[in-house]
Amino acid sequence: MSVATLPAPRTLSRRVSPVSTVRHTLTLAWRTLVQIKHNPMELLDLSVQPIMFVLLFTYVFGGQMAGGDPTAYLQYALPGIIAQNALFATLNTGVGLNTDITKGVFDRLRALPISRMSPLAGRIMADTVKQAWSMGILLGMGIIIGFRVKTDVAGVIAALLLLVVMSFAVSWVSVLIGVLVSEPDKVQIFGFTTIFPLSFSSSAFVNINTMPGWMQAWAKINPVSFLADSTRGLINGGPVASPVTKTLISAVVLAVVFAPLAVRALRRRI
Amino acid sequence: MTYAIQAEGLVKHFGDTVALDGVDLAARTGSVLGVLGPNGAGKTTAVRILATLLRPDAGRAWVDGHDVVRDAHQVRQLIGLTGQYASVDEMLTGTENLVMIGRLLEMPRREAKARAAELLERFELWDARDRATKTYSGGMRRRLDLAASLVGRPSVLFLDEPTTGLDPHARGGLWDTVRGLVSDGVTVLLTTQYLEEADQLADDIVVIDRGKAIAHGTPDELKNQVGGQVLQVRPLDGRDRETVAGLVSMVAGDGIQIEGDLITAPVIDPSVLPKVVRHLDDAGVIVAELTLRRSSLDEVFLSLTGHRAEETATHPELEGSPA
Repeated sequence: MSVATLPAPRTLSRRVSPVSTVRHTLTLAWRTLVQIKHNPMELLDLSVQPIMFVLLFTYVFGGQMAGGDPTAYLQYALPGIIAQNALFATLNTGVGLNTDITKGVFDRLRALPISRMSPLAGRIMADTVKQAWSMGILLGMGIIIGFRVKTDVAGVIAALLLLVVMSFAVSWVSVLIGVLVSEPDKVQIFGFTTIFPLSFSSSAFVNINTMPGWMQAWAKINPVSFLADSTRGLINGGPVASPVTKTLISAVVLAVVFAPLAVRALRRRI
Repeated sequence: MTYAIQAEGLVKHFGDTVALDGVDLAARTGSVLGVLGPNGAGKTTAVRILATLLRPDAGRAWVDGHDVVRDAHQVRQLIGLTGQYASVDEMLTGTENLVMIGRLLEMPRREAKARAAELLERFELWDARDRATKTYSGGMRRRLDLAASLVGRPSVLFLDEPTTGLDPHARGGLWDTVRGLVSDGVTVLLTTQYLEEADQLADDIVVIDRGKAIAHGTPDELKNQVGGQVLQVRPLDGRDRETVAGLVSMVAGDGIQIEGDLITAPVIDPSVLPKVVRHLDDAGVIVAELTLRRSSLDEVFLSLTGHRAEETATHPELEGSPA
């Protein structure tokens, strides 16, 4: 049997068509999602960790937070937990990208006649699906133990969309780190040491009026506060216009600053 | 004569280090070009440029007449790449890896699956097809790597040190595969630090050392280039070593080497053998070993570069990612 029988001289395409770009991106997104099948730990990461956060925040902090009513605290904190979780989930993009580069998968893909942007776009798309999954888990778990959506389905969907937009912007930071560090674990370490303080020094879990003045000053301009306030407003009701505007502005600023840096770093590395 | 791969004056710097310093290459269509050199010589950099993964700082290269920088997309439709740095996805199964590549090459799903099955069977990976490749042995992974680079039926194949780290059996299997591909008309560029591998597979060889092509030709031409033959004499009594060395250098000229009691000299004129015998007889030296044979590529390499092929070079980091 001849394995590599040569076809007749082929006609070569001159460029990748937009339709092909979409198809390549979908194939590579599929590839990232199929990985979960062989690495069930990742699914655990995406499901158990959110559930754990909801339970811990509700039953450990809840009793002390909102006049001894865990459910009332859950109602306040869940939108913040969702926001924090979205930020953590962006680390996947950097970790996965770094793994691809260090293992040589990225080179294999780049040597194929595929759209130059599809390896990155496919990964970000798959990570967005994972985002939606863990948001669903968080919301579902919250509802089981007493959380109530005070607005409507449109509000929830708007919140999800906003979270996706913000995650997309933040994932450029993740891409940049993923390209710059030498191994995947370092992306995790970097992520945890920035996202933890960022999300706790915001309105995600507490009313910022309880913070000392200097921290309030920071919390008021912390983009995580904007994201948490927007999510809260869209799911719980309350002011929406101002936090959503600020969130969108932050997303644009992050993307404008970090996307070019990330792409430049990627070009240099590979 | 047509060339499937051509490169002229390739130069590549990484910071202050010069990885390639003006390298010319040419592989005839349907032949195997062996690129031979120690670690850090610049072999991988050359392959990465030819496979469109890296832009040269200077010089040009073509695959089937397509410029690897300007017409990179066309080049990518013609080539397959297997190397330490172009790898399969460890988290996917053998089948999933190959199907993914087929799909990326615009094959319909059914065709991509059929092609994957065909290659898995050919490379004896059928039984492992549904296992994540992180569970594969080194040899299995190398075979899957090669299969992955063949999904699109490339007409030009780059193999970057395809047998490094493989056991002799797996190495032999891979050699057979390469011969099969060449008989199908595929042009292969193979980098290796193993002289035996280049000798076995390559129609033409380019020797690269420290970013420069220092010799090229067929394996036979290269062997002839450095004296063609090797004279070896080992006296029975080690105390005669100096006497023998003196005699041999008198007859064979410069370039003798002494390793233990073995005296080795490159020779061009086969008539040196009877001359040496006569001189040895006159001097009353009894020899344990006296041979005249063609030089191995190893000796060719040594005489060209001044160091052995397997020696670790001064810049091993050049072979890796420039990051």
